[in-house]
Amino acid sequence: MKHTLSVLLLNKPGALSRVTGLFSGRGFNIESLSVAETLDPKVSCLTLVTHGDESIIEQITKQLHKLIDVIKVTDISEGEFVEREMVLIQVKAEAHTRAEVLRVIDIFRGKVVDVSPTTYTVEMTGPESKIKAVIDILRPLGIKEIIRTGTIAMARAPKK
Amino acid sequence: MKKMTGAQAIVKCLQEEGVNLIFGFPGGAVIDLYDELLDSDITHILVRHEQGAVHAADGYARATGGVGVALLTSGPGATNGVTGIATAYMDSIPLVVLTGQVPRALIGNDAFQEVDIVGITRPCTKHNYLVKDPADLVPVLREAFYLAASGRPGPVLIDLPKDVVASKVNFPEKKKIKMQTYQPNYEPHPGQVEKACRSMLKAKSPVLYVGGGVILSNANKELTELAQKLNIPVTMTLMGLGGFPGTDPLSLGMLGMHGTYAANMAVAKSDLLIAVGARFDDRVTGRLDAFAPHAKIIHIDIDPTSISKNVGVDIPIVADCKLALQAMNTWFDRLKDFDPKDFAARHQPWIERIDAWQQEHPLTYHEEGDIIKPQYVVEKLNELTGGDAIIATEVGQNQMWAAQFYKFNKPRHLLTSGGLGTMGYGLPAAIGAKLAYPNATVIDIAGDGSIQMNIQELATAKQWGAPVKIAILNNGYLGMVRQWQELFYNRRYSATVMEVTPDFVELAKAYGAVGLRAKTKDEVEPVIKEALATDNLVIMDFIVNREEGVYPMVPAGKATTEMLLV
Repeated sequence: MKHTLSVLLLNKPGALSRVTGLFSGRGFNIESLSVAETLDPKVSCLTLVTHGDESIIEQITKQLHKLIDVIKVTDISEGEFVEREMVLIQVKAEAHTRAEVLRVIDIFRGKVVDVSPTTYTVEMTGPESKIKAVIDILRPLGIKEIIRTGTIAMARAPKK
Repeated sequence: MKKMTGAQAIVKCLQEEGVNLIFGFPGGAVIDLYDELLDSDITHILVRHEQGAVHAADGYARATGGVGVALLTSGPGATNGVTGIATAYMDSIPLVVLTGQVPRALIGNDAFQEVDIVGITRPCTKHNYLVKDPADLVPVLREAFYLAASGRPGPVLIDLPKDVVASKVNFPEKKKIKMQTYQPNYEPHPGQVEKACRSMLKAKSPVLYVGGGVILSNANKELTELAQKLNIPVTMTLMGLGGFPGTDPLSLGMLGMHGTYAANMAVAKSDLLIAVGARFDDRVTGRLDAFAPHAKIIHIDIDPTSISKNVGVDIPIVADCKLALQAMNTWFDRLKDFDPKDFAARHQPWIERIDAWQQEHPLTYHEEGDIIKPQYVVEKLNELTGGDAIIATEVGQNQMWAAQFYKFNKPRHLLTSGGLGTMGYGLPAAIGAKLAYPNATVIDIAGDGSIQMNIQELATAKQWGAPVKIAILNNGYLGMVRQWQELFYNRRYSATVMEVTPDFVELAKAYGAVGLRAKTKDEVEPVIKEALATDNLVIMDFIVNREEGVYPMVPAGKATTEMLLV
């Protein structure tokens, strides 16, 4: 099963490599990984998407926690959460397809951020499922290049 | 605050931690630190290979319970130490390893003797540091000692750029170390302790399964109290030997791949397995689904990642072994209507069943006339040292025979590479222990293959007055691999025949040591007696039965009840 882990770790050289080394050394999967500084510049937040059964996720969580540079590990997919990923897609846009491409981008609430005589570069954000959907739709029209950020996620604030 | 050089600050930190012995090998990147050591009261033991330095520090740490310290230079000095570091990591041994590094300005330039040792040792240290800011030097050293010794212990490496060691630094006052990201839990959860104790009250066929954690947390007394109070038999892992007296009637000896028949049968038939400071290693469990299939499992371990890693646990207790066992003893002491005698009587049928297994297949071997059996040598060593020596081992058959036939009654008397299985560990580890306890008898039980992996440390032992006794069980083979080839590869002895082996008696002489040889059974005792009587470093070369095997043996991937017996 897919799990989204949020890991707070010290913003130190080598800290990220301790995390990735743990995954490769113990044979755990990383589907995506995204990391940047938090409000406190001494701390980074890392969002990591992985999959495995309960016992594997439990091991991953414990092993991450054991790293001296790691402050906190939360499996945010255990509760309600919001997730977003951003993608940049350079898609072919020639005379006969330009209108169709624009229509698709519009439906997915994407934005054209760069234009050339034969291409559009599109920016889009959303949960992973939406990113996958737009890629599937645009693929027959001719995707030239694609860059994804990987998922970032946040637990929903309590409603009461 | 006083300004001093980085080298002075490092020496002062070592003194602050009570370090009076370190093991190392100099080089360009650590020359400032070596210069400072010359004027300090810290004894530096010059080894002959950096792997020896780390193993010696490790042997010192295992024997004393303190933190071992090794000092290596950059590049090859550091990489030579990696096997020693990984050995300590697998067995949770507290070490602080200081490595030199090229000056900061050269880092990343492929400078002479530069290597990214922090990168290399990330997966085999508890934590490691590259000190880039001289202001961090003192805090990092203090934190390293704290990390190495606390929680689940382990090796910590500090990489020291040459110019950081040469720069001027402050020496702030020492405060209690508090880390935001590291707070090991020592106290057991009272609710879990109660649950565990209640299940012990109900159990009909309980077994205590004891690992190295009992030794690391100095919990042998508490463990012995619990076992004897409740009349529960005890089996130990290789790392746990000495955690419970090997000659106690409740001791089943070692379990697992080369464990005793009684220990493996008892675990397989138990209804309650109480794991204390053990980690369900594959050499212990054999085929996982057949390990303790009927047992409820209690697991005490300070490291949460050890719990339910390989085997599902019913009652986990994340805590220091000593405190958890203490809490259990107290719980039983306070229990109304608990009469240990009644309780002992209830376990009597179970104890009798185990006794029958012990009699059916005791640890044994076949005598063959004059030929020296390696097990006989270990038995004689046990007898002639009164079971009181500190025993280091190499890895392979020699290690298993030492574990089976030497009866360890006290903790910290067996120094052996359990997790990593490092050949070449025994001699330098024995030297480390002998330097810690100059009056103790320290014996390295070795094979003719593994002794050659760090044989150069004979010179270290000689130079620093560490007259350890080396007992080579010489069979002219890499015996453990040969045994696997005999059993599972149709006796095709690929690369396990030691066609050329030095004359160990002459080799001993070349190093200024005493060399003794026994070729027949009746020569064994006189050789051991002579070795124990001399003050010098000794190699005893026992020419043993060439194709002797270690039994019982559980073939890899089989259930631990599927033992091959003698």
